[in-house]
Amino acid sequence: MTDMSFQGPAPAVARQATESADIFKKRIQQRYRAETRFKWYGIIAISFSIAFIALLFVSIFATGLPAFTQHFLVMDVPLKAESIDPSGKRELKELASADYFGVAGEALRDKFPEVTNRRDRTRLVQLLSNGAADPLRAKVLGEPGSIGSTAKLGLPLSANADIYFKGGVTGIDKIAGRGVLTPSGTTGDISLTSSSNEFSSRLVVIKRDIAERARQLRREADRIESSGATAAQVQQLREEARVLQGRFDAVSGAEALDDRMPSMLVAVNGGIIKLTRIDNATATGEVLRPLSSASEARPGSWEVLTLTTPESNRKVTDKEVVWLEALKSQGQIERRFNWGFFTAGDSREPELAGIRGAITGSFLMLIVTLALCVPIGVMAAIYLEEFAPKNWITDIIEVNINNLAAVPSIVFGLLGLAVFLNFFNMPRSAPFVGGLVMALLVLPTIIIAARAAIKAVPPSIREGALGVGASHQQAVFHHVLPLAMPGIMTGTIIGMAHALGETAPLLMIGMIAFIVDVPTSFTDAATVLPVQIYLWSDLPELAFKAKTAAAIIVLLVFLFVMNGMAIYLRKRFERRW
Amino acid sequence: MTMEAATATLTAGNDRPVHSAPQGPIKIQARDVNVYYGDKHAIKHLDVDIPQHSVMAFIGPSGCGKSTFLRCINRMNDTIPICRVTGKIEIDRRDIYDPSLDVVQLRAHIGMVFQKPNPFPKSIYDNVAYGPKIHGLARTKSEIDAIVESSLRKAGLWEEVKDRLAESGTGLSGGQQQRLCIARAIAVSPDVILMDEPCSALDPIATAKVEELIDELKSNYTIIIVTHSMQQAARVSQRTAFFHLGTLVEEGPTDVIFSTPKDKRTNDYITGRFG
Repeated sequence: MTDMSFQGPAPAVARQATESADIFKKRIQQRYRAETRFKWYGIIAISFSIAFIALLFVSIFATGLPAFTQHFLVMDVPLKAESIDPSGKRELKELASADYFGVAGEALRDKFPEVTNRRDRTRLVQLLSNGAADPLRAKVLGEPGSIGSTAKLGLPLSANADIYFKGGVTGIDKIAGRGVLTPSGTTGDISLTSSSNEFSSRLVVIKRDIAERARQLRREADRIESSGATAAQVQQLREEARVLQGRFDAVSGAEALDDRMPSMLVAVNGGIIKLTRIDNATATGEVLRPLSSASEARPGSWEVLTLTTPESNRKVTDKEVVWLEALKSQGQIERRFNWGFFTAGDSREPELAGIRGAITGSFLMLIVTLALCVPIGVMAAIYLEEFAPKNWITDIIEVNINNLAAVPSIVFGLLGLAVFLNFFNMPRSAPFVGGLVMALLVLPTIIIAARAAIKAVPPSIREGALGVGASHQQAVFHHVLPLAMPGIMTGTIIGMAHALGETAPLLMIGMIAFIVDVPTSFTDAATVLPVQIYLWSDLPELAFKAKTAAAIIVLLVFLFVMNGMAIYLRKRFERRW
Repeated sequence: MTMEAATATLTAGNDRPVHSAPQGPIKIQARDVNVYYGDKHAIKHLDVDIPQHSVMAFIGPSGCGKSTFLRCINRMNDTIPICRVTGKIEIDRRDIYDPSLDVVQLRAHIGMVFQKPNPFPKSIYDNVAYGPKIHGLARTKSEIDAIVESSLRKAGLWEEVKDRLAESGTGLSGGQQQRLCIARAIAVSPDVILMDEPCSALDPIATAKVEELIDELKSNYTIIIVTHSMQQAARVSQRTAFFHLGTLVEEGPTDVIFSTPKDKRTNDYITGRFG
């Protein structure tokens, strides 16, 4: 057609040809536009998925990475003979059952002689984890001769203290004092007077808050009045609002700080005062850590600390913050890699909880699954692909294998519950039963993958083997199977990764129990990694949130390694023919 | 009934043009062979005699049944479930479709070379040694070494690969691969070698080498070659059979078939008028 525009003799034909050339050009442009559009759709789709994956990883890693470290209190602990071994016989059995936590707690209490209140003393000791007894016990049992001496040991802190140091409890704003501060005493409730308006900015915030509450009360009063409340009730609300308004209006009136407001601490002369009432330039408060002297503090030598999270909203009280900061300033807090996370079983104490039990459970379960799946799956695939007659029975089998691969996993759990637990009376929560159920779940995947791998071996190889007089079985086992192996292994590994990440069927056979001990055999009660994640995610303690994410990281690492292995095997053993 | 008499009777009953009967002993004798692929009648009432220690070429257009018949001789068609063979094929007067006959033993006596070189993705050595190993033809390593060397020598490949026997067979050139496949076939010391278009994937130089090899091998083996190249048939074979639409149209000494074909279809085919 386009040629005609060059050759066309008659003007009419030429015009027609030009038109068709235009249409042609237009069509080309349209096609290019469509291609560009399609390319962009693809780029946008991929960007979206990458963004979501990045988001997932960032959020999981940000939450989980802190759980891989743990704060320890490094402290000289006097191993007093009278508390560890009162009988003096040095019998291992007696030594093992001594109250080491008490010893550690005593050592910590001795560091804070100013804490005399019984409740405060208990709280102080609770900064240590229950696991603080373990390093002590290990030390004493390891060298009983050390009793009576002093040992420098790292004792794990409680989960809350640990989170505090990881910054998960409260933010701390430090503002250096601008004026000269005069404390009225060194202990007890004291007043502080500054030569400058140190506290006015906080006071303004508090007053504004009071005004807001007054406004809310008035609105509430109006609302219940119109909805028919008694005059007394309305009057009461109005009165409350009036009082609050009055406090707001009195610009320089002192205001009390309560635990629903950010806490204010003043660090001066080596001591710390928690403010309970502030005015523009003066404040009263309770001494949490005694001052060395009541002398005047020069500007810049003292500071106001604001704990941004109100005390009622956090697990670590102001006092505990002061103690922890004191320990930290003495260089006794160390952040170490949390080996316990990999060597301990589950625990109710977040700082002691580890994934060893879950990893071992997963491992035992996968061994059972692998031992069952690979022989059965590969044999089934070889039979179906190479030896089975092609008729309606094998067709039905094939369809059903494909259907099985699509059955929801919880159904396999129900099957396991009904058959393995109820009928065969196998033990509950056991990795062996978990492995059986997972084998059922993964078998179709492996059969399908193995069949595809066997089918992908070119028939020429098979014919070549038959041609030199190999029997069918020899051809299959000597030639077809080795060539199909990478594909079979890839399918197997991906199936195993699937089994590793599967949770639902295990819930049905009781692998969801809280199990502290690391399983040692296939019939021990156990849990697996994804179930552990599920269990932890359900717990209210803040520290378990990080543990959950950390366990997810471990699971992801395992899955990546397995998938990476599958890719490596495929690349490494892929043969060309 | 003697062989000659049988041949005469059956040939007389056929409307196929009669050429001179093959000289020397008959290695393979097919009588009234029919092959069906499901409903398709792929080979119709085929009779042929193939003499020992000679090269027989099957020519004909695509889909005429020559490869199908070739694959009947070592019962390779057994692997196709819908394929059905009737009639009688005898090798050394033994019916190969006899139920008591072991098909694996049969194939060990009939080497086969395929259209596309299909060495096993193993070393050159293992490619050749595989057959003797599974048939227990050699017990010691040195015996196998001897078989590998003699087979590769017979296939004219020894000089080229003797220093790299451990390398993969798939790493050789196309022509070398095909000669490796021939060596692999020879290694089990067969009587008959079937070649299904062995040179169709090769360049002219490799083709020449393979043809030379076929010529050398014919003194020890009975060779049947399917080819699309009439020049090749003319070069390597002593007798030629022309297939068309599932029937054996004409069979006789190669020079006669190519110079004075008796059937019009044969004439049309070899002069390039169809096919």
